[in-house]
Amino acid sequence: MLLTVKNLTKSYTGPDGDTPVLRGVCLSLDQGETLALTGESGSGKSTLLHLIGGLDLPGGGEIILAGKDVAAMDDAARAALRRDTVGVIFQQFNLIPSMTVAANIGFHARLAGRQDKAHEAALSDALGLVDHLHKFPEQLSGGQQQRVAIARTLAARPALVLADEPTGNLDEGTAAEVIDQMQALVAQSGTALMMVTHSTALAARMGRQLHLSQGRLA
Amino acid sequence: MIAAGLSALWSHWWHSKLQLVTLLSGLALATALWSGVQAINSEARASYDAAAAVLGEGRFDQLVPANAEGIALDTYITLRRAGWQVSPVLEGEIGLGSTRARIVGVDPLTAPGGSGTSVLSAPPEPQEFLGDGVIFAHPGVADALTERVSARVVVDTGVAPDTALMDVGVAAQLLGRSDLSRLIVATEQPMGLPALSDIAPGLIRQSAQEGAEVGRLTDSFHLNLTAFGLLAFVVGLFIVHGTIGLAFEQRRGMVRTLRALGMPLKTLIALLALEMAAFALIAGGVGVLLGYLIAGALLPDVAATLEGLYGAQISGALRLRPDWWLTGMGIAFAGTLIAASGALWRIARMPLLASPGGRAWAVATGQTRRWLGLAALALAVSAALALSLGQGLLLAFAGLGALLMGAALALPTLLGSVLAVAEARAQSIRAQWFWADTRQQVPGLSLALMALLLAAAANIGVSTMVSSFRITFIDFLDQRLASDLYIQAEDERQAAEIEAFLAPEAQEIMPLLHVDTRLADAPAELYGVRVGATYRDNWGFLDGADDAWQTVAQGDAVVINEQMARRAGLWVGDDLTVAQGMSLPIAGVFGDYGNPVGQAVLSEMTFLQLYPDIRPTRFGIRVDDKDAARAALQDFGLKDPQIIDQQVIKDFSLGVFERTFTVTAALNVLTLSVAAFAILTSLLTLAAIRVPQLAPAWAMGFTRASLGRLELLRAVVLALLTMILAVPLGLMLAWILLAVVNVEAFGWRLPMFTFPLDYAKLALFGVLAAALAALWPARRLARTPPADLLKVFSNER
Amino acid sequence: MNAKALILFFLLPIAAWAQGFAGLGTDADGFTVPERGYHFTFPRDHGSHPDFRIEWWYLTANLEATDGTPYGLQWTLFRSALAPEEKEGWGSPQIWFAHAAVTTPEAHHVSERIARGGIGQAGVRAQPFDAWIDDWRMAGPDFDNLQLTATGADFAYDMTLTAQGPLIFQGDRGYSVKSREGQASYYYSQPFFAIKGTLSLPQGDIEVTGDAWLDREWSSQPLAVNQTGWDWFSLSFETGEKMMGFRLRQTDGAHFTAGTWISPQGETEPFANGVFNADPQDMSEVAGRQIPTGWRVTVPQKGVDITVTALNQAAWMDVNVPYWEGPVVVTGSHPGRGYLEMTGYE
Repeated sequence: MLLTVKNLTKSYTGPDGDTPVLRGVCLSLDQGETLALTGESGSGKSTLLHLIGGLDLPGGGEIILAGKDVAAMDDAARAALRRDTVGVIFQQFNLIPSMTVAANIGFHARLAGRQDKAHEAALSDALGLVDHLHKFPEQLSGGQQQRVAIARTLAARPALVLADEPTGNLDEGTAAEVIDQMQALVAQSGTALMMVTHSTALAARMGRQLHLSQGRLA
Repeated sequence: MIAAGLSALWSHWWHSKLQLVTLLSGLALATALWSGVQAINSEARASYDAAAAVLGEGRFDQLVPANAEGIALDTYITLRRAGWQVSPVLEGEIGLGSTRARIVGVDPLTAPGGSGTSVLSAPPEPQEFLGDGVIFAHPGVADALTERVSARVVVDTGVAPDTALMDVGVAAQLLGRSDLSRLIVATEQPMGLPALSDIAPGLIRQSAQEGAEVGRLTDSFHLNLTAFGLLAFVVGLFIVHGTIGLAFEQRRGMVRTLRALGMPLKTLIALLALEMAAFALIAGGVGVLLGYLIAGALLPDVAATLEGLYGAQISGALRLRPDWWLTGMGIAFAGTLIAASGALWRIARMPLLASPGGRAWAVATGQTRRWLGLAALALAVSAALALSLGQGLLLAFAGLGALLMGAALALPTLLGSVLAVAEARAQSIRAQWFWADTRQQVPGLSLALMALLLAAAANIGVSTMVSSFRITFIDFLDQRLASDLYIQAEDERQAAEIEAFLAPEAQEIMPLLHVDTRLADAPAELYGVRVGATYRDNWGFLDGADDAWQTVAQGDAVVINEQMARRAGLWVGDDLTVAQGMSLPIAGVFGDYGNPVGQAVLSEMTFLQLYPDIRPTRFGIRVDDKDAARAALQDFGLKDPQIIDQQVIKDFSLGVFERTFTVTAALNVLTLSVAAFAILTSLLTLAAIRVPQLAPAWAMGFTRASLGRLELLRAVVLALLTMILAVPLGLMLAWILLAVVNVEAFGWRLPMFTFPLDYAKLALFGVLAAALAALWPARRLARTPPADLLKVFSNER
Repeated sequence: MNAKALILFFLLPIAAWAQGFAGLGTDADGFTVPERGYHFTFPRDHGSHPDFRIEWWYLTANLEATDGTPYGLQWTLFRSALAPEEKEGWGSPQIWFAHAAVTTPEAHHVSERIARGGIGQAGVRAQPFDAWIDDWRMAGPDFDNLQLTATGADFAYDMTLTAQGPLIFQGDRGYSVKSREGQASYYYSQPFFAIKGTLSLPQGDIEVTGDAWLDREWSSQPLAVNQTGWDWFSLSFETGEKMMGFRLRQTDGAHFTAGTWISPQGETEPFANGVFNADPQDMSEVAGRQIPTGWRVTVPQKGVDITVTALNQAAWMDVNVPYWEGPVVVTGSHPGRGYLEMTGYE
């Protein structure tokens, strides 16, 4: 099993005391599997994704990813996890604005120390970015920017791709196109994919669907 | 990973080259001003040190002749044979074509350790130095000396400027003299030494402390310069702080992305620090070189000023000294560290998942404004405490610093309040929007405006001080140099003949009787003067009775200079013991600028009662026709240098002041330019943030051109307000310099004059500089493509 | 007393001397060189000889206070010439320097003076005799009756010297050879001075009496290049006999020795190289170096086998070129007292 989550809890501390976000979530994901995580705003789906990606610290429970407990990791180990094992695709693309598209695509792989130019070229080609490689992110449309983010993640060959509403900033047509391409590439590379979305249509295209409601899986 | 990280960080600067240029030039300018001033200081100090070290000044007591004559060789031998461990020094000047060289002869056999030849970078063996001897010369005079003398001339950088060091025998030959100038007293003396007054009554023992008097005076000049340099550096720091803050703020998104992609926080912080260190290295290097150029341009003027004011000789040529390379780089690093530490700290504490745009750099929250206000208040209180409680130059400067920093920190709050009032009173909606939007701009521009405030205040303060000094000094010169000609007789016999010769010719003859003595426990000059119309009409008092001169003439009173009065705590009405058994009331205190020594003036009659053997050899005379008088005196047999035209002295003294002004004015222009540059860079960097702020106004009907014009107007308004606030701050600064720093440093207090027209001009210049700085950003804004303005709306979610 | 030559050797540049070594018997840079068979003329020769490179008036004394406490006293005036001439004024090439010291069993007081000739700060006149530098002075109507004064920061003395015997001439009638290569000096002594006077020390004035030994020596040649230092003894035995002996140490570990036996009447018997033997017995740490402050001295042909011990081991002369000099106590075959000088201990 690539990923096993057990009894995961998390709350946020606000002015009115603690607000629980996740109340004991359990799930598992195998290599090459795709999973959609749905739920209403504030249901905790993004939080769950962040915890698995080592971007945030859980309140309790276990996250066993590639044989290691993410919940027990220190800062450096979680950074290494993000670098080597996980790839996160955000809603706001999070590209480096001062670097060209080509440099952005290769960036994560360079950080992880496994750059593969041929692989990058193949991804750019598959995502239709070949004509834009020397442009800067701000010169691209939203859909194109998200394609760059997808290329960047897949170029780093992560074991698990976490996508947090990747098409949230895109119109419907573009969104479908981007998701198609992403799904095809993920399938090709044998990477597991976990995607947060509020769109049932998109969710339906994943291998499994889980619905999060009030911090629990339905 | 590190290479990838560095390439991402570097890509930001490559992408925003203007920001990079701003950062580097701000830091370089700050370093340049600082290290330029430091270079001037260290060059001058090295020069004094070299001059003082040869004579052991400040370390050894000295025996000096009581009158103007030298010390006879016999007196020296008598002292030695009585056991006095003293070492001879013969000083003089020789002309070398267009320049003059100071000749210093020492005796290496008897010079106490640490004086004499030991100052040389390669001290010679005594036998090399004695006899026909080698002459060690400062590089500046070595060539000219080589042509003049037959002895071997060795260039040595340890020798003071314009000076040649040699054996006393060689100096005696070169100067054609058989006497000595002074004797250095070794610290260790044999037991049972006979009293000086018994064996050499014509000599006075001057303590090491007194010899260092000139050193302390020049120190205060350098302290002034250092303060200026530090101020300039602070102004520069504001720029750097602003630029670094903005650069880090703009890269928060990148930082978040890098961390999300797995770059450890520690590595990231280390890389950012490395990046800053690289900038400090580059900008610091450029800054030190620029500082070298500034110093090189100003040093001849500083040298002339110091020599004219204090008789201290310093080299007009600059050497690159490793120590100020080091301090220059050090200050660049320290400055970068100070400017970047806050930004780095915020990056370190930024949560990984925070929204990158969550904290707009240019928006000061209510909380930070409160902190600024509190800090300003604390600084104002400590400034008041330092100035009212403390004594001493350092404390005065500390108070000065606290006042300036406090004022700078209070500026955003003050501007905010003024703008809020304007907003409340605005009639039209356009005006209301303008004032509100201007107020919104203040936090973003505050660092640049603080820099402008400090630069303008320093400008006003220092100019006021120097101008006040000049007005006072010109008055003083007029009063002191009231006579037309000044005559120096060769000896007392000639003096008597001259006086007899002049009696029918001149309107007034003023013989000057003079003796160096000790009054009120300090070395002082005692003068005897013939009180006449010239003294009564021209020579005024800082404080004194109307008939002060009359009582002096009657022998019932004495007048003293301000230095003596302040040092000894005496004032009008107190008694001064002018000689053993004679005490006179002080009838007046007169200003005596530029003179470190205390002075007391008696009537000719009273003076001659005390010193019946002293005859005047110097006279001031008033005549109807100066040229005719000069010609008559020359026919009488006086040589040209014996007749001095007072106008020439006056012109020379004023010339010295003009030099001071050159230095001050140059530093003023430089600091103000730095401030204008700060405004320019702030506006340019703010431009990106401005687009979303202005887009709604554009959408509601402002044209882009009018937005650009308002942008320019906004800068002008803010600069004008800042300049208006700078005036009282500058006047406070001037008051502290004149009434506190000057008294501490020089012993006299200067009356303060204000120059409203100058301040108005300065304000105009400041506003103009701000307008010029705002012109380009405003133009850019006016030409923002509508698509960019539209993007603001389309990007909004 | 060639040890002083060593001092000068260090003080003056070696280069200036090199020529003197090369041509023995020839004049050294225009300086006059001592010759065997010279006839001394007095009082003229008590005065200075500016045409020779180096010269000194060297007095040491063993003293005793009324309470029996032993003291030592030194007064030395050196002349060193940069050129073989004297000139009036600052241009004089004659440099004078002097050392004065008082040694007690517990303390050692030292002072130093330097002056140049030509201006009256220092000099020596033969008749009436007057040798002075600053306020230090050795002067009198003739060489047999002298007044001696010196002051330092923490001591002073005022002494009267009266000769009780004749001048004696060292080496071959005053021609004293200093090395196998033949370096030599003119050297005579007055070892028969009775001395009395007042020592002013931090603890107060002390009246003392004793005997003093004055050496006069001048030359233009220093030590040989392979000579590193010098141990010099002037000893007065209870029998009234006196002995001067020195040992020049060489870089190869060998020594060159010489000496003179002086009868109570002033008859002299010079020692050839090797007759006088001195061997270090006790080393003391003085001023950070190992100094032999206890010696065994033997002269078999005179039946001398004595131990020479420093009165105060710390008699270090901390002057420009430092050396050890102080009073000694003699025990063994010939009990007595004297002075010991040691130079070149680095």
